[in-house]
Amino acid sequence: MKVEQISIFIENKSGRLAEVTEALGDAGVNIRALSLADTSDFGILRLIVDKTDLAKSTLKERGFTVNKTEVVAVEVPDRPKGLFGILQVLDRASVNVEYMYAFVERCGGNAVIIFRFDNPEEAIKVLTQHNVNVLQGDRIYSM
Amino acid sequence: MPIWNPKKECLDRSTLKELQLEGLKSTVHRVFEHVPCYQNKFSELKLTPGNISSLSDLSKLPFTTKEDLRLNYPYGMFAVPMREVVRIHSSSGTTGKPTVVGYTRNDLNTWTELVARFMTAAGVSADDIVQIAFGYGLFTGAFGLHYGAERIGASVIPISSGNTDKQLMIMQDYRSTALVCTPSYALTLADRMEKQGISPDSMALKVGLFGGEPWSEEMRKEIEKRLGILATDNYGLSEVMGPGIAGECEHQCGMHLFEDHFIAEIINPETGAVLPEGEVGELVLTSITKEAFPMIRYRTRDITRLTYEPCACGRTLARMQKTAGRSDDMLIIKGVNVFPTQIEEILFQVEGCEPHYQLVVDRAGTMDTLEVHVEVNEGIFFDEMKRQRAFVEMVEKRLASALGVGAKVKLVEPSSIQRYEGKASRVIDRRKI
Repeated sequence: MKVEQISIFIENKSGRLAEVTEALGDAGVNIRALSLADTSDFGILRLIVDKTDLAKSTLKERGFTVNKTEVVAVEVPDRPKGLFGILQVLDRASVNVEYMYAFVERCGGNAVIIFRFDNPEEAIKVLTQHNVNVLQGDRIYSM
Repeated sequence: MPIWNPKKECLDRSTLKELQLEGLKSTVHRVFEHVPCYQNKFSELKLTPGNISSLSDLSKLPFTTKEDLRLNYPYGMFAVPMREVVRIHSSSGTTGKPTVVGYTRNDLNTWTELVARFMTAAGVSADDIVQIAFGYGLFTGAFGLHYGAERIGASVIPISSGNTDKQLMIMQDYRSTALVCTPSYALTLADRMEKQGISPDSMALKVGLFGGEPWSEEMRKEIEKRLGILATDNYGLSEVMGPGIAGECEHQCGMHLFEDHFIAEIINPETGAVLPEGEVGELVLTSITKEAFPMIRYRTRDITRLTYEPCACGRTLARMQKTAGRSDDMLIIKGVNVFPTQIEEILFQVEGCEPHYQLVVDRAGTMDTLEVHVEVNEGIFFDEMKRQRAFVEMVEKRLASALGVGAKVKLVEPSSIQRYEGKASRVIDRRKI
């Protein structure tokens, strides 16, 4: 019933996140879901991947600090109050949620990942220039 | 464990004092005649060698500082003609010109004898294979230990510093039993061993002789645990001789200071006043047997404490506490004196903390800031941000209460802090830039 997740310590400096994804890509590991918790100094990147042990050993070899933990994947009905219904059940049972994040959703054969940028306009410009499809807000809301 | 020279290392203190006075008088005579720097210093104080008639007259003599050695670079402090000098070394040199020191044949003999003393005290014998991982060159460390080990009759591997993988290969293949290096390099070796899956039990190593930089008791425990050895401290500085001024016995309760060759004083580093027995201050050394490069009241800048109770090992010489840092390495943060070794000690007490850390001092406006960078590892990395923050806050709280000044703890990625083969440089002080 449980799902394996790996967490990676990432210092807050440019390029580190790219290195993690490059290393995983080189090893043929596919990311299924991710979440990044950050402070001004460091971040904790949590990943669910198709080959957990390979991902862990690959990242350790590259000098990253990696932990493996178990999480629970819950199916949430895709309608208003769908998530609320589940959280309500947990609340009534006095079960506390430590953290949560969404699984990667599919859209026409592509995964959709939400980014937060310092300068969104510039980011959109760069992405568009490189033929990366930036989805409109309306499209996301109605997915 | 055996004592290399029981006659000298277990002298009764009154005989020792007679010996010291004799050595002091002849040294003062020698420098007054042959070293212009001392002639000038003595004249300024209206002192002649005749003014030195008891050991208590020592405090009348002027201090010698690193600055004096720089001003007399390269050979101005030598008390013998060059034809009598058979070896030249130099200090590791932090800034500017290094200080050049020389040795006569007798000086080398004394040096070798003193190193043999502390190596014996640490348990090294003719049965040992000593791997010397200090850099061979102008630095006194490698040659000092090399000749001392040979005099004991041990087998010496002069591998020099660096090339950690090769160090480990030789350590395994040659069955080295004693390791000579800086304490920080010992931890670098331990790290590499863990990475390669080499267990300390599979090695023949039993003792480590570490010197060249201040290190804490906690770091000692860490080295002993991870390398499976007895880790001993020894002390020396090239300006006075090199390693062999003091060294620990197996009881690890202070380094026996070879007082039959050096007179030690503890002073207040700010006022220069001699402090009473047992107090912590700067170590000042006077050499009383050296020929080529005698030093009168050399200010070592090393902070320590001396005790004179006899040791369980039977030696009667003064014991010198592990140096707590250097008066010139001391950081003054928001007016509070902080030594890097204090921080090291606290970090090592935290379960799971790695030995690799660095201090970054800066100034934000008019306020000093201290950041302690600690390398993260699986033991102190938590998947929950709440626990990760709590860990950082716990370390910050311990640092603040022990140092009396706040420090920010920053977790950094493993292996991101520079590793050292020689002396570790723990501090980045951006205030000077």
